[in-house]
Amino acid sequence: MSRIELQDFEIRLLLESLRYRYDFDFSNYVQASLKRRLLHAIKVSGIEHVSDAIPRVLHDEAFFQKLFYILSVTVTEFFRDPPFYKTVREEIIPLLDKFPIINVWHAGCATGEEVYSMAILLHEEGLSDRVRIYATDINNRSLSLAKEGVYSIENLRDYSINYQNSGGKGSLSDYYYAKYGLALIDPDLKKNILFSNFNLATDSVFTEMHLVLCRNVLIYFDRTLQNRVLNLLHDTLVDDGLLCLGSRESLKFSDVVNNFSPISQQWRIFQKNPKKAR
Amino acid sequence: MTSSPANFRGVVIGGSAGSLDAFNTILSGLPGDFPVPIILVQHRASDDNGFLASFLDDNCKLSVSEAEPGDLATAGCVHVAPAGYHLLVETDGSFALTIDPKYNYVRPAIDILFESAADYYDEALLGVLLTGGSDDGTMGLKRIKELGGTTIVQDPERAEAYLMPRSAIAAGVADHVVSLDKIDKKICDILGVEQ
Repeated sequence: MSRIELQDFEIRLLLESLRYRYDFDFSNYVQASLKRRLLHAIKVSGIEHVSDAIPRVLHDEAFFQKLFYILSVTVTEFFRDPPFYKTVREEIIPLLDKFPIINVWHAGCATGEEVYSMAILLHEEGLSDRVRIYATDINNRSLSLAKEGVYSIENLRDYSINYQNSGGKGSLSDYYYAKYGLALIDPDLKKNILFSNFNLATDSVFTEMHLVLCRNVLIYFDRTLQNRVLNLLHDTLVDDGLLCLGSRESLKFSDVVNNFSPISQQWRIFQKNPKKAR
Repeated sequence: MTSSPANFRGVVIGGSAGSLDAFNTILSGLPGDFPVPIILVQHRASDDNGFLASFLDDNCKLSVSEAEPGDLATAGCVHVAPAGYHLLVETDGSFALTIDPKYNYVRPAIDILFESAADYYDEALLGVLLTGGSDDGTMGLKRIKELGGTTIVQDPERAEAYLMPRSAIAAGVADHVVSLDKIDKKICDILGVEQ
């Protein structure tokens, strides 16, 4: 038996241990990328064999938390895909404007960069008084970083190019205070944002939404889980509510595909059809 | 190195600096009815508006398009990693994309495609590493060889950037070192394909 076959077997046992002990089921995740992450996590934990992690996962909850963080962490940036945000400004804002209150759900918000990007955009478009943003992630450590809103200033300078290209009306530096080489997000921007833990694989609808952003989350899931999540996002949206996916994600393998109309094919923005049209 | 041609089920190709020309030279030398899928990674800026795929599609007989998550690799087609995303071959042979952190300072990274493709195709994979200015691809070729696959590395002497091929050769993971203008023929020879 080859080293690689043995390693694959060890990975299966470790994932089974996570499911059994903590009820976290990764079986509907894309296995190839999960495997890369797992091997990376094992390496940075200073463990030689994948199977050596099994007793530690079973008996040491702190170790599990560390491993889980690495397995589920996602990276993002301010105004990722600037033309997407430009499209939101030009085509989505007028559609949102007709709702008296606007609930926004950022599902899979990672460390918050895109949440604050959207908060900035909604502020500049004059909607912030009517907006409540729900930002959720499965990863508590990412969530607490998102809530703190403290970022490295070096990166923020790079992101101001994104901001400009997204149609920003001022300067990105209008929205943070620089201190000790860090950028602290303006507390005013945080007022309408509620951060909380949410597991897209197991949790249910919590309120009705007018705009849902779930970008580059589905690419990590298999079709079964994608379909579950898309049904959930469909159910949480009001009629004429808007759904934004990542630029490589689609509705095509889900059973809600016919309940949406595309607003931007390129940026995968969809509007939920009103009931009578469905 | 002798392999039974019928055994091959896929080809992966990776390139970096100066590789547009190299990809074009190789792919335009392959027949339109190429018997296995070709999966390709090129290092480039985080958004190229699909330029690479459409450029190569215009210039060669094979059908070239960007890989979509969930799609299966198809014989006679070239599947390109979209700019800004890592491309992997999933355990059922379909494509997966991720926005995981840059690897070897790049996204898409060649190692990430090659290693996942090796896991899926085992010994039935041919890996081709072209010009480039880093050492991305070396670990991927190593994995391909460990699982019994075959590797071709562009001759660094005449490559636009020699570091990437030289790194693979130094690591001892190159079965064949071939100059750019002969790589298409080498691929066809190994797979037993009429050019």
